[in-house]
Amino acid sequence: MTKIAFVRKHAIPPAAPPITEVGAVGWLKQNLFSSWLNSILTILSLYFIVIMLWDFIPWAYGGHWNTKSLRECLDLDPDVACFSVLAARWKQLLFGLYPAEEYWRPTLTFIFLLLAIVPILFPKFFKFFWFSVIYPGLAIWLLWGGSFWSVSIVYIGLALGTLLFLVLIRSYIHNYVIAALLSFGFTALFFFIASDPIVKTLDTILPFSLPFVESLKMGGFTLSLIVGITGIVASFPIGILLALGRQSNLPVIKMICVGFIEFIRGVPLITLLFVASVLLNYFLPPGTNFDIVLRVVIMVTLFSAAYMAEVIRGGLAGLPLGQHEASASLGLTYWQSQRLIIMPQALKISIPGIVNTFIGLFKDTTLVSIISLRDPIGLASTIRADQKWNGIYWELYVAIGLMFFIFCYGMSQYSQYLERKLKTDK
Amino acid sequence: MEKTKINITDEVVIHISDMNKWFGNFHVLRDINLEVRKGERIVVCGPSGSGKSTLIRCINRLEEHQKGSIIVDGTELTTDLKNIDKIRSEVGMVFQHFNLFPHLTTLENCTLAPMWVRETPEKEATEVAMEMLEKVKIPEQAHKYPGQLSGGQQQRVAIARSLCMKPRIMLFDEVTSALDPEMIKEVLDTMIQLAEEGMTMICVTHEMGFARQVADRVIFMDDGQIVEQNEPEAFFKNPQSDRTKLFLSQILGH
Repeated sequence: MTKIAFVRKHAIPPAAPPITEVGAVGWLKQNLFSSWLNSILTILSLYFIVIMLWDFIPWAYGGHWNTKSLRECLDLDPDVACFSVLAARWKQLLFGLYPAEEYWRPTLTFIFLLLAIVPILFPKFFKFFWFSVIYPGLAIWLLWGGSFWSVSIVYIGLALGTLLFLVLIRSYIHNYVIAALLSFGFTALFFFIASDPIVKTLDTILPFSLPFVESLKMGGFTLSLIVGITGIVASFPIGILLALGRQSNLPVIKMICVGFIEFIRGVPLITLLFVASVLLNYFLPPGTNFDIVLRVVIMVTLFSAAYMAEVIRGGLAGLPLGQHEASASLGLTYWQSQRLIIMPQALKISIPGIVNTFIGLFKDTTLVSIISLRDPIGLASTIRADQKWNGIYWELYVAIGLMFFIFCYGMSQYSQYLERKLKTDK
Repeated sequence: MEKTKINITDEVVIHISDMNKWFGNFHVLRDINLEVRKGERIVVCGPSGSGKSTLIRCINRLEEHQKGSIIVDGTELTTDLKNIDKIRSEVGMVFQHFNLFPHLTTLENCTLAPMWVRETPEKEATEVAMEMLEKVKIPEQAHKYPGQLSGGQQQRVAIARSLCMKPRIMLFDEVTSALDPEMIKEVLDTMIQLAEEGMTMICVTHEMGFARQVADRVIFMDDGQIVEQNEPEAFFKNPQSDRTKLFLSQILGH
């Protein structure tokens, strides 16, 4: 019979792992050649990658850039790419039918866009957030042109309304709802009565305007970015409100939100775009000129807001009830607790889903080609309609795909960075 | 150990009369009458499902009662949201599962409510928070996230978080039930310390040793009713009702 009593007298010191389990050899062994099946799959995959690149690299690397037409390319060497179409038409792919002498405007808008999103993406630069606030107005003025004052007046009106609201809350009326209604009414009155004369006066005293460019001239990546970025920025807050509304205890609000979400999700985006381009005109008073780009932006925003709401609802459902109870038990109000406790956590859980929706929305902007707006896909058909480039497919779509890939990959990388940064459990 | 009774005053801070609550058709609290005076330390015990947690959750309106009245600190609990938020800021609560905010550091957990509800300046809120974290003996964890702390440490942070609001009353809802045996003591010690400082406390707990040591009154609940209440000495030595006797024999029997 063995003895069961045992006492350890010497502790075992930690030792280094065997050499075959660490470093490059260990990694290869563990990940690529861990079993017979795995080794065969590794070799097969490598083989397929090689034969694909074997054809693609010479095709792309030897491509022509300086020919005048597709015919010329084929005469030179039919087996390589004909990138000359990009050299000839790249301006159109970027700016659509925007007047050539005004190309600096969308370019500047794009540079400002990069500057405006920095304070939102990186909290370190949050002190420049004021620029992100004025950017939308600036972008609208730069892209569409017209009087500088007609855009500024919107900001002035909103600022006055906000100021009034704050003053009312601080000193006279302590009821948020009444104060909000009063300042909303004031702002509306301001826009109906005061804004037109003020703009006219300012225009005569200090004329400051850019040549007007109509919406149908917008195209190419400029259009994709206008629709995509506006949709992303606008659908996010609407999605949050819809998600909260769907969880509300007030039956009417809940019903409206559920109805909206289910209706919009149940209808294809193309249908909504057709409604925007054709049907909406039947419902509006005759003679109303409701900008086509604005109509499309509204539809795309509503569409992705519905998806966003469901993604965020998933995040909300992932939070334990205890978080609501703890914040309530400390005396935080509903909105304080949503803003400080619930949403930061729910949004963090939903980051992958939110970015997924953003990327989907950005790529869905190409659907506007169906209602004959000239986004890059729509332009590809226009370019092919030119006799010189009739029959060219690959080169155009590879280039367009690459442009979209750069933006979408950027978003995806940022979301992964954000997830790492917000990780607080380890 | 001699208990400090000098703290109890005649001021009634919680007044519950003929309070009834239903979950759907289930009558979970029946004709509850309870008066708590300032400085009093009360332990509520009873079998699971007896309504003891629901009772203290009614006091800060995490649960709504349907009949009778609850008056906390002179304010009656009604559907008026302003009153509810006011009472909640005066009544601290600690939960079984800590419910710390995982996206904020320990210190931020403690300063959040004072800064937003009481509008305390950040500097002052931080000072108070550090003072409270020292009281629960974990000031060195101030800049860690809750996920990096042990269960016992998290529960002490939760106590500190409530204390930062300088509450007049503290509610403890089975605060040691989710802890490993080694960690129960550090949390109980914190609660004992608090009790000795004269805090008004209502504790739902199965820790009978704690009840003996600090409680001024022990309440036994069963089937949504208060079955028996007494001073701890008499309650444990000489229980009157058969239900209490059975419960005590089961909980103290081993």
